[in-house]
Amino acid sequence: MADVEFQQTHLNDVSLEGDITVPGAPGQGEDEDEEQPSTLDEPVRETVMRDLKAVGNKFFHVLYPKQSRALLQEWDLWGPLILCVILAMLLQSSDTVDKVNDGGPEFAEVFVIYWVGAVVVTLNTKLLGGSISFFQSICVLGYCALPLTLALIVCKLILLGPHTTAMFTVRCVTVLVAFLWSTFASTAFLTEYQLPNRKALAIYPIFLFYFVLSWLVVSHQS
Amino acid sequence: MAARPGWQQSGQMDSSAVIDMDYLDSGDGSGHDTNESDIEHDSPDSKDGKSGLYTSMQKNVASFMFERGREQAKRAYSLYANIDFLRPYFDVEPHIVRSRLLNSMLPRKPTDERQSVPRELYGPTMLVFTMIALLLFQMKTANHAVEEGTLMGTAFGVCFGYWLGVSSFIMVLSYMCNTRIVMMQILSLLGYSLFGHCLVLFLGTVIHTSHDHMLFYLLWGTLGGLSTLKMIAVLASRTRGSSQKMVMCGIVAAIHMLFLIYLHFAYHQMVEEISFLEGVGPHHDFLKKEPIHIISSTVKQAAEMKGH
Repeated sequence: MADVEFQQTHLNDVSLEGDITVPGAPGQGEDEDEEQPSTLDEPVRETVMRDLKAVGNKFFHVLYPKQSRALLQEWDLWGPLILCVILAMLLQSSDTVDKVNDGGPEFAEVFVIYWVGAVVVTLNTKLLGGSISFFQSICVLGYCALPLTLALIVCKLILLGPHTTAMFTVRCVTVLVAFLWSTFASTAFLTEYQLPNRKALAIYPIFLFYFVLSWLVVSHQS
Repeated sequence: MAARPGWQQSGQMDSSAVIDMDYLDSGDGSGHDTNESDIEHDSPDSKDGKSGLYTSMQKNVASFMFERGREQAKRAYSLYANIDFLRPYFDVEPHIVRSRLLNSMLPRKPTDERQSVPRELYGPTMLVFTMIALLLFQMKTANHAVEEGTLMGTAFGVCFGYWLGVSSFIMVLSYMCNTRIVMMQILSLLGYSLFGHCLVLFLGTVIHTSHDHMLFYLLWGTLGGLSTLKMIAVLASRTRGSSQKMVMCGIVAAIHMLFLIYLHFAYHQMVEEISFLEGVGPHHDFLKKEPIHIISSTVKQAAEMKGH
């Protein structure tokens, strides 16, 4: 210990300012500049717009899925929350509000299916040996429900018209396309981190998750 | 360094200067109070010494509290969020899962040699979730309405309750009948035997028959019977004594087959019968009606209509 010198003057010059860094939090990727400007003094509008742009960027990646890390590196749960609330609200409308059918169970049902389903699929992916983190997987599964949300909006517009067999067929086809799109988009992002000989085992619960959501969408009668 | 159980258990060995002082001072395993009394006796009476000591004690307490909090959070996380103990049961390949699914419908005659049971949870878990999805499919098709709770909650409760509850019951039964099988094998065996149930539910919902349930009974006997036979053959091969075998196999077979009947009749609407009684059109017109109650109230309505 005798040859160790303590540089007291150097320690006194160290700046104590900086952002709190939490490993794994959004915005903490390796490629980013370490000296980020402080966001405490910026206007709220700017903060909100930045987050909205990030959410919009991720929606774009879901609509044009290709293997990219945009959804994974800077994950967030705003998009999944927005989609879940839209899905639950649109699925819960009921013509008769009475003791049996007051719309409440539909909202809770969709909420539980959405989040518990995403958690179960994520746990399965991790147990199969996937190298993806928990919240990254939830983020991808949540965002990839966008095609189904758009299909639900289209179905609601179709249901405003006459209820014929042809319209029912159109709704089925729309939801089927959305279901395949959601499944394809999520597998494009998630299976990259799975062992190659086990991709089928990881894809099946994702298929089941979006199948249940699709069935809720197609069976909804306003 | 003497052993200090109190400090070691709390995991503070590398955190605060109080421990360091105790270590330098004595190794007699004394507690915190002794440290404080030592400090009081050893510190000088001057104001500078006391304030410096007070500041360093403040910092030590703060770092101690932070470390304690972090340790507790880590312990809670490792206890409740560690799923690594399940990893070996999900270590399986797709072709193995496929062959196990097919073998769950192919019973082998029990012999003195014990039939092997894999300890795997991926296939059973996915089958339970598939059954939940099929029940939802069935309930939504039949406009089944649950007065309290949700359709999803009902399906979850029924499927997971059956898998875990009946597995526990079989565990108790295997203890009483001296069957050589462990809990993980029972979960795997019962889980894979739900494949037959899933097939029956799927075919029974997709193929609508008019007025009767002959197709369902046919599927119940063949597919349900095959998966039940497979399960009881495995259990019989692992049980010694004919009376124990009969008790074990009889009870398990009865529960398994009756569960399939319950799944079909509790959540399936006799759509064609009601539409026949009410004189409405084909199936898709029925879907536009108000949601109706479960089978008991439906049967009551049908009986009232017949009486009128």
